[in-house]
Amino acid sequence: MELQTLTYLVVGASFALYLGIAFWARAGSTSEFYVAGGGVHPVTNGMATAADWMSAASFISMAGLISNMGYGGAVFLMGWTGGYVLLAMLLAPYLRKFGKFTVPEFIGDRYYSTTARTVAVICLLIICVVYIVGQMTGVGITFARFLGVSSETGIYIGMAIVFAYAVFGGMKGITYTQVAQYVVLIVAYTIPALFISLNLTGNFLPQLGLGSNLAGTDVSLLSKLDQVVTDLGFAQYTTQSAGSTLNMVFFTISLMIGTAGLPHVIIRFFTVPKVADARYSAGWTLVFIALLYTVAPSVGAMARLNLHGTFNTNVGIVQKADGGMGIDAAVASAKADLFAPEASLMYADRPEWVARWEKTGLLKFEDKNGDGRIQYYNDKTKNEAAKAKAEAAGWKGNELTVNADIIVLANPEIAQLPNWVIALVAAGAMAAALSTAAGLLLAISSAISHDLIKGTFVPDMSEKSELLAGKISMVFAIILAGYLGLNPPGFAAATVALAFGLAASSLFPAIMMGIFTKTITDKGAIAGMIAGMFATAFYVFAHHGIFFIKGTEYVDLIGGPNSFFGLTPGAFGTVGAIINFVVAYLVSKVSGTVPAHVQAMVEAVRIPKGAGAAAAGH
Amino acid sequence: MTTDSNAKAYWSATLGLLTKVLIIWALVSYGAGILFAPLLNNIMLGGYPLGFWFAQQGSIYIFIALIFYYAVKMGQIDRKFGMQED
Repeated sequence: MELQTLTYLVVGASFALYLGIAFWARAGSTSEFYVAGGGVHPVTNGMATAADWMSAASFISMAGLISNMGYGGAVFLMGWTGGYVLLAMLLAPYLRKFGKFTVPEFIGDRYYSTTARTVAVICLLIICVVYIVGQMTGVGITFARFLGVSSETGIYIGMAIVFAYAVFGGMKGITYTQVAQYVVLIVAYTIPALFISLNLTGNFLPQLGLGSNLAGTDVSLLSKLDQVVTDLGFAQYTTQSAGSTLNMVFFTISLMIGTAGLPHVIIRFFTVPKVADARYSAGWTLVFIALLYTVAPSVGAMARLNLHGTFNTNVGIVQKADGGMGIDAAVASAKADLFAPEASLMYADRPEWVARWEKTGLLKFEDKNGDGRIQYYNDKTKNEAAKAKAEAAGWKGNELTVNADIIVLANPEIAQLPNWVIALVAAGAMAAALSTAAGLLLAISSAISHDLIKGTFVPDMSEKSELLAGKISMVFAIILAGYLGLNPPGFAAATVALAFGLAASSLFPAIMMGIFTKTITDKGAIAGMIAGMFATAFYVFAHHGIFFIKGTEYVDLIGGPNSFFGLTPGAFGTVGAIINFVVAYLVSKVSGTVPAHVQAMVEAVRIPKGAGAAAAGH
Repeated sequence: MTTDSNAKAYWSATLGLLTKVLIIWALVSYGAGILFAPLLNNIMLGGYPLGFWFAQQGSIYIFIALIFYYAVKMGQIDRKFGMQED
């Protein structure tokens, strides 16, 4: 069957499934709308949380980032998984015991202040809105590439699907669609990886394949990759660092505590029946996430090798008779000269997928030395040997630019896998983006209807009107998300750095101190959240512009890029968090004591005994 | 034992477990995965340099084990101090 038709069928079937679940799981009460009735099994919740958490960025971009960053990509792998250890031990069980619907509600009660609650709502809204933009653009890109419609149409279709199950189903509908979306996305991610690992190493488990020898040789895959990329002037794959060691540490901490502080992830733990379930559920979540996160490094490394192998025949990767890319054992072991003139692929002989991706602009070729061949190497290298060889071979600069997002989306094509695998990847990318978007929309709408409207303006609202308010806020949130997806503010990757930075520097410290200390006061917490948030936003905006508007960067004002101990903007959330802790501590010292009833509440939150289902009332 | 001192003992047992888990958490990620990675890379685990393996594979497996270990141990602590849910 033709690829386009097949993709329509697979994606259409997955959408039909989500809509069917939406019809079956409609929400009739605020408890069902906010926390799915509070009776979700910990394993079910783990699966739903994994889909909730793994976004378009995890599915589409992460393997590509790792592919480019090599060892340094570990900041994402460790940062985005290690956060669950913190969530399981520091936040989830205690917030579950607290037994309310939203994160700002905890902050408002613990810091006995509507102002604190409102500040938390603002932090939450900024984090979720920033985050959702990436999901909508992810949906758009996937539609545009695989279904041949414009990315605008794609975003409208995505909005309609999310509307159907998020508005009518609330958390209940979202939970069960997320379970289905998890299954779709993990199958879509794993199958190409199994094929590729088998082709390259003879070992079908990608986690083992990455540590194996290339099929039929005694050269390990990683050492071959190291040799190829260093020969071509790139940094050595297995040791290439993400900035200084300090930067790597701070970046990882920032992603870890940012993950633990993401509101749409935290609220998923309000749906399980017991405190003990919240602990186990965090473990199950990480199991389901790890199924993708331990495969991603293999996808990244193998795609990098396949990519170089496609454009340079002396790498030793060949197209096998049955399709698929395999190993030419003799060439791969021989470390043949990558600069040999006939090794670079003739542009005329390029595979079909290269031509397909050239149309999207994500892959570009420019024949700088006019020899009709594609020279793909690092022309800005500091490696003198590589430089000399490239010059001797008459190479006049790198001729191929590859956008990192291609690594996952085109991976099945690069590896010459069958069409149904490609169609599956399209459905998987869509599932990853939609499941995260739905979780974020729920976090946004519950903050508006429950914390702002009911909590601040109309406290005596009936349950029925609150449910209606929740659904209406959801509709507005979807429209806003769609609008921002259609008119994205500049930098997609930078906006995500801001979301994690803000979660790390505002919500995480406030919640954690709320549970683990009885001395932090309302004023301390408010000052801490605001200071942490502003410091982080100030540093990120210095690099990427105020609210990412081009031309408003003020990086010279802070002494050049990464001027604070060489930290990149993504790593700065850790500094913001430290500022939050310090300011909260100091202000609390001089602003009186925490009232006795709040101290008693903290003590009650610390013990599991007496937990009921999450409820609205006081 | 009064309820008050029981709650205190429960909380300090919780914090003790928490500290233990966090130390291992930090050792595998920031220790083996970043600070000592160059050193560990001299050891091979199959085709993986060990530091690279910790950073891109091993730390994730250990995180999972840590959460389940924590959940089981906390269950025991809950019961020991009579703090479990009904």
